[in-house]
Amino acid sequence: MKVHANTLDPAMPSPSDRAGALGAAMPMIPKLAYRNLFHDRLSLTVTLVGIVFSVVLVAVQFGLYLGSENRIAAMFDHVTADLWVVPYGTKSFDDPALLNGRERHPILSTPGVAGVQELAVGFVNWRKRGGGTTAALLVGSDTTPVGSLPWDITQGSTAALSAPSAVAVDDTYFGELGIERTGDQAEVNNTQVTVTAVTHGIRSFTTLPYVFTTLATARTLLDAAPDQASYMLVRVAAGSDIEAVRAALAARLPDADILTHHEFRKRSLDYWLFETGAGAALIAGAILGIIVGIVIVAQTLYASTKDHLNEFATLRALGASARYIHKVILMQAILSAAIGYVLGMMLSFVVIWASSKTTLLIVMTPKLGLLLLVLTVGMCTLAAICAIFKVTRIDPAVVFSR
Amino acid sequence: MTATTTTTRPLLEAKGIIKVLGSGAAEVKALKGVNLDLVPGELTLLMGPSGSGKTTLLSILGCILSPTSGSLTIAGHSTEGLNAEGLADLRRRHVGFVFQAYNLVPTLTALENVMLALDLRGASLAHAPALAHQALAAVGLSHRTNASPSKLSGGEKQRVAIARALAGSPSVILADEPTAALDSENGRAVMALLAEVAKDTCRAVLVVTHDHRTLSYGDRLIRIEDGRIVGRARRRTPTIAPEAEREMTLPVAA
Repeated sequence: MKVHANTLDPAMPSPSDRAGALGAAMPMIPKLAYRNLFHDRLSLTVTLVGIVFSVVLVAVQFGLYLGSENRIAAMFDHVTADLWVVPYGTKSFDDPALLNGRERHPILSTPGVAGVQELAVGFVNWRKRGGGTTAALLVGSDTTPVGSLPWDITQGSTAALSAPSAVAVDDTYFGELGIERTGDQAEVNNTQVTVTAVTHGIRSFTTLPYVFTTLATARTLLDAAPDQASYMLVRVAAGSDIEAVRAALAARLPDADILTHHEFRKRSLDYWLFETGAGAALIAGAILGIIVGIVIVAQTLYASTKDHLNEFATLRALGASARYIHKVILMQAILSAAIGYVLGMMLSFVVIWASSKTTLLIVMTPKLGLLLLVLTVGMCTLAAICAIFKVTRIDPAVVFSR
Repeated sequence: MTATTTTTRPLLEAKGIIKVLGSGAAEVKALKGVNLDLVPGELTLLMGPSGSGKTTLLSILGCILSPTSGSLTIAGHSTEGLNAEGLADLRRRHVGFVFQAYNLVPTLTALENVMLALDLRGASLAHAPALAHQALAAVGLSHRTNASPSKLSGGEKQRVAIARALAGSPSVILADEPTAALDSENGRAVMALLAEVAKDTCRAVLVVTHDHRTLSYGDRLIRIEDGRIVGRARRRTPTIAPEAEREMTLPVAA
């Protein structure tokens, strides 16, 4: 057997070896990380369960948060207005009061105002025809041109609401409202109403059923004066400065808040999501999911590193830099993250699909998917730190241990 | 058999190496002023009883431990003032190790274990597999490239470890009890391979051993006891005579 130094010259691979070289040409760090990871299937399973649990928990929590946002902001997303005139101190759309009824003409006479639309919103007592009552939120609007309230109509039409005492309800509230189809009747604040339109999927964040009707019917049912409304939706003329119009309206209407569309939307979101603590609870749940994920991944990655400590010590003895070894561990973490993310997202979609048949609204968006990927990789990278600390303290002299 | 000095420029030069381990009451002077040179083309045997400081010396010569005092130069590079990363860099470029327990990565094949050493040295991905194949061919394991360590015999594992050490083209190969876990036949094969490596590649090879059967393969014998070199011997003839083993086991001159 002859061993020649020049046969090992990196510059001189023989042509016959090149073909084999191509097949084996895979970077060693990912290969080592992959093999370490799959060497102990049980440990890998525990790691993946931790990551999947974390991804699903965070996906559901953030999905619920986004679903809550969608529900709170639904009204804002289906009407058009530049400015909202709302009773002073209104916290959200679902916290209605009535304006004093003398706002319409001052608004219309303000320079820069192109038009105004009124919404009458208020809590009502809904009495089912078969007995029993429930609270509901009545939303009265003119059918044109405020936007499309209500939307997603599955039975009847917006025009059908112009009939006397006609209302629209959502089919997801049928049970609570004692309704089965259009034409069914009930009592709202002791006045008989007829369901002439049915929507699908319009649910409130507070779970209180929305009942849609015309502005005139709403005023009647809410026992409001003919000029009273809860919100005045102001359209600013093209070329006018919204801030200037807002200032002018504020000067004329000292008992009202003048908010931009975005401000009122945000105020409603902030109120329900943060002042009530509902959103904070969802975010806390998501953070908890991340922490649990970090702990599980850190623990299993640390255990895996300990299991392979002798190999890392050998690498160190062979001259591997600390950075090289850190890369192997980080690669293990990233591979775990990638596999866990894919499985976690698949399970999340199953949960979302299952929840679509319930009243829960869990929303998954591309942005949320990307955020979850970043969080998963970040979580696993953070979890790798313990293992990196462990491996940094390796004494390569242990390779001489008998 | 008499002690001689070499005129060849050493690849590894250790002077006045002192190593103190532990501190306070637990302080132990493991090495007490060791001078040692390794010259190219020679296989040097380091022998001594347990606790004599062999492993500590090997660790220092391999840049794994730093000496408490003394100097070490490998392939013209001094280790003085180097931190852990600097030492790692030096051993990556100039030192190859062969361990008693083989220390192959169990999750990688024989070929991949050799490629790992090449990867550490920054060999290009395109060339590394071919070089690893060559290194395995050089140790007679062309047919076992895709075998995992668990499927290899002890002798094959040690030959993979030698291929791994060779693949990095180091100036110095340090072997720690390479035959201790092998039967006599495999032990002889491994020693013959290391002797070939030392001669054909003009590298310096140091083998720490307890195994007197390895004596016939050494060009030099260094005996260490209680942290000091207590004897050195050099073989006179370039070929190994049958009686060499007996000759080299005789007490050697300091």
